[in-house]
Amino acid sequence: MRHIISVMLENESGALSRVAGMFSARGFNIESLTVAPTNDETLSRLTVVSVGDDNIIEQIVKQLNKIIDVVEVTDLTSFEHIERELMLIKLNVSKANLTHIMKQIETFSGKIVDASDDTYTVELAGQSKNLDAFMDKIDQSLIIEISRTGVTGVIKGNK
Amino acid sequence: MRMELNGAQILTNSLIDEGVEYIFGYPGGAVLHIYDALNDQDSISHILVRHEQGAAHAADGYARASGKPGVVLVTSGPGITNAVTGIATAYMDSIPMVIISGQVPSMLIGNDAFQEVDAVGITRSCVKHNFLIKDISKIAVTLKKAFHIATTGRPGPVLIDIPKDITIAKSEEQVYPSKIDLRSYKPNNPIDQVQIKKAVDLIARSKKPIIYSGGGSVIGNASKELREFTRILGYPITQTLMGLGAYPANDKLSLGMLGMHGTYEANMAMHGSDCVIAVGARFDDRVTANIDKFCPTAKIVHIDIDPTSIGKNVAVDVPLVGDVAQVLKGIIAMLGDNKVSEISSWWKQINDWRSKNSLHYKREKGIIKPQTVIETLYEVTGGDAIVTSDVGQHQMWAAQYYLFDEPRRWINSGGLGTMGFGLPAAMGAKLAVPDRDVACVTGEGSIQMMTQELSTMLQYNTPVKIVNLNNRYLGMVRQWQEFFYDKRYSMSYMDALPDFVKLAESYGHVGILVEKESELKPALEEAFKLKDRTVFLDIITDQKENVFPMIPSGAGHHEMLLAGEDDMVSTDDEGLNLV
Repeated sequence: MRHIISVMLENESGALSRVAGMFSARGFNIESLTVAPTNDETLSRLTVVSVGDDNIIEQIVKQLNKIIDVVEVTDLTSFEHIERELMLIKLNVSKANLTHIMKQIETFSGKIVDASDDTYTVELAGQSKNLDAFMDKIDQSLIIEISRTGVTGVIKGNK
Repeated sequence: MRMELNGAQILTNSLIDEGVEYIFGYPGGAVLHIYDALNDQDSISHILVRHEQGAAHAADGYARASGKPGVVLVTSGPGITNAVTGIATAYMDSIPMVIISGQVPSMLIGNDAFQEVDAVGITRSCVKHNFLIKDISKIAVTLKKAFHIATTGRPGPVLIDIPKDITIAKSEEQVYPSKIDLRSYKPNNPIDQVQIKKAVDLIARSKKPIIYSGGGSVIGNASKELREFTRILGYPITQTLMGLGAYPANDKLSLGMLGMHGTYEANMAMHGSDCVIAVGARFDDRVTANIDKFCPTAKIVHIDIDPTSIGKNVAVDVPLVGDVAQVLKGIIAMLGDNKVSEISSWWKQINDWRSKNSLHYKREKGIIKPQTVIETLYEVTGGDAIVTSDVGQHQMWAAQYYLFDEPRRWINSGGLGTMGFGLPAAMGAKLAVPDRDVACVTGEGSIQMMTQELSTMLQYNTPVKIVNLNNRYLGMVRQWQEFFYDKRYSMSYMDALPDFVKLAESYGHVGILVEKESELKPALEEAFKLKDRTVFLDIITDQKENVFPMIPSGAGHHEMLLAGEDDMVSTDDEGLNLV
C-alpha cells in the first residue's frame, strides 16, 4: 500500500542524506521525496511516499525515528489528510490540438503559466492520482517534458 | 575573563572533562594541532597503534571490557578510511565509541584536497550518528552530544569530523556541558506497564518456555536482573554468541549457545518452545537459521531498547521496548506471587536432548584437536580470563568450549565478523582491566590481518596470551567448501606461513610452538605464568576438524547435524544464497 510519511527534521547539513541513505541502505522504496523549510527555522519538513506492506511501513517509521536528526515521524496515511502535488507540464500546441489541450486544462483546473508560439507550460496541483489522470488524458505525443514536485501533505482538522 | 584557547585545546579539554582515560590513535597532517594539544596534558594516555583499523578495534575491546566508551583519533583521508572497518565492527555489535577524525581545512573541503575524503558521508551507514564541526564555538557541545549519543539507548559509534582550521582558530574557553538534552533523541522512554502485564501472563502460563538472551544483556549491564529473572522462573536459558556470560554457562538452567553452531538442546528447545522470551537479542540469521522454520509453535516476548529490532525479522506477540535491566526488573516485580507453571516434563524433554552431548568430539592420537586447546585454556585460566577472538572456526570453538560465567569476558566480532579484530581488541581489553588475564584466540588467517599491533603491545606493555589455532587453512571457508562445494578447496589453504615464534620474538615478545598434545597444557601454563609478557602460542592443530553441531544453510533449528554426521550435510540453492 502507498503511504505518505511526514518527517520533521533538524535543519542540519547532511540530515537529508541520512534519511535518503537509510532508504537505500535498507532496500526501502521511495516513490517521491520532498523537503523544504518550515515556519520554525531549525526544522525542515520532509515528505516521502513509499509503497510496502504493513511490516515494511512499520520498519520505515521505526528506522526514521532512529535517525538522530529526526524529531517527529507521522504516517499521514493513517489519518484523514490533505495531499497535494504540483506538476509543470510543457506541451506542444498547434491549431489542430488546441481544443483538446484547453479542454483537459479546464477539466483538471490547470493554469497556463508560460506560452510560446508553439508551446504551453501548464501548472497543475492536486492529488498525485489527478496529475496522473491528466497525463493519461493528454495526447502523449504532445508532452515535451514534465516536472513534478512529489507529494506533500498535512493531517486534516486540528491535529 | 575566560582564557582564549585554540580549537585543539578546547577539544582536548572536553575529552579530559568527559573522563576519557585512553585515546587510540595515529597522527597525520589534519590532526597535528590536536596532537600538539594532547602533548600538554597527562590525564589522557594516548596509545599509538600501527594501523588505524587497530585503533578502532582496540578502542572497541576497551569499551567491551570496561563498559565505557572507546575513543579513537585519526587523521583525514586514509586515516579515517582505514578506521572504517573497525567503526562498522563496533556499529554492528552496538559498542559505544567516539571517533575524532581530522579533516582538511574548511576552505578546501570539496576541492579534492590532499588526504581529503568525505568522512561524514563514508561513515554515515556505519555510525549511530556523525558530525562535521563547522564552527569553533560548537566544539565542546558537539563532543558532549557525541558521548551522550554513543553511550545511551542502543549504544554505537559516533564520529566527529573536525577541519584543521577549526583546531587552529582561537576562541574563548568553553565550558563542557555536564548533561545535554536533544529534542530529536529521547533514548529513555517509560516502560509500558500494560505490556509488562501481558508478558507476565504469557510467561507465567507457558508450558515449554525458553529464555533467549543476547548482546543487549551484556551491553545493557543486565546480568544481575537476567540471573534473578531466570532463577525465579526456573526456566531454561540459551544465549547468543554476543550474549555469552550474562548468564553463567556452568549453571544448570543454561543450555549453552543457540544458532548455527549452538548446542542441540538449545536449538531443539527453541524449536519446540511455546514461549520464547527474547532478552536484548535481535533474531539475526545466524540465530534463527531458516526463518520460515523458526519457532513454529512459540509466542514471542521481545525485550529490546531498539524499537527497530522488534518485529524486524520475526513477528512478535509482546513487544517490550526499553532498557533490558529496567524491563526485567518490571517483570520480576509483577511476577511477584504469580503462580508459574510447572514445567518438569519440558525439562525432561530438554534433558533428553542434552544427553546427546552435542559438543562431544573425537580425540585422535598424535593430533591436537582445536576443541582440546580451548578446553585446556579454560582449565589453565580457571575460566576467569577475558577471551577475545578473531573470526572463523576458532571463534566458534572458543564460544562453545570456554564456559563464560561472567559478562564482558567474551569479546568477539559477532555482527560484522571482522578478521583481525582479536589482537587489538585484546590490547584494549588489557588496558581496561589490567589485573585480569587476557587471551586472544585466533587462527593463522585472522592474526595475519593485524600482526603489526604486536609492536604497539610491546610499546605500551599490554601482556596478552595469543592462542593461535594453526590449521594451515582458512578453516571456516574450508569447512563450507567441503560441505557445499564438493571439496573444491579454492584459495582456502594458507601456504608460506611465517614462523610465528620468530615473528613474536622479533617484536620483543615470547613465542612458543606447540606441536604435540602433551606439550599443550605445560605451554599454556608457562604462558600465563609470564604475567608481564605477551606470549604467542603457535599451536599446530588438526587440519580437517569441522565445527559441530551445525545447522546447514537453509535448514531449521530441528535439522541440526552432530559431529560424525559430516556426510549428511547438504543444502539447496536457496541455502547456498546464505553466507
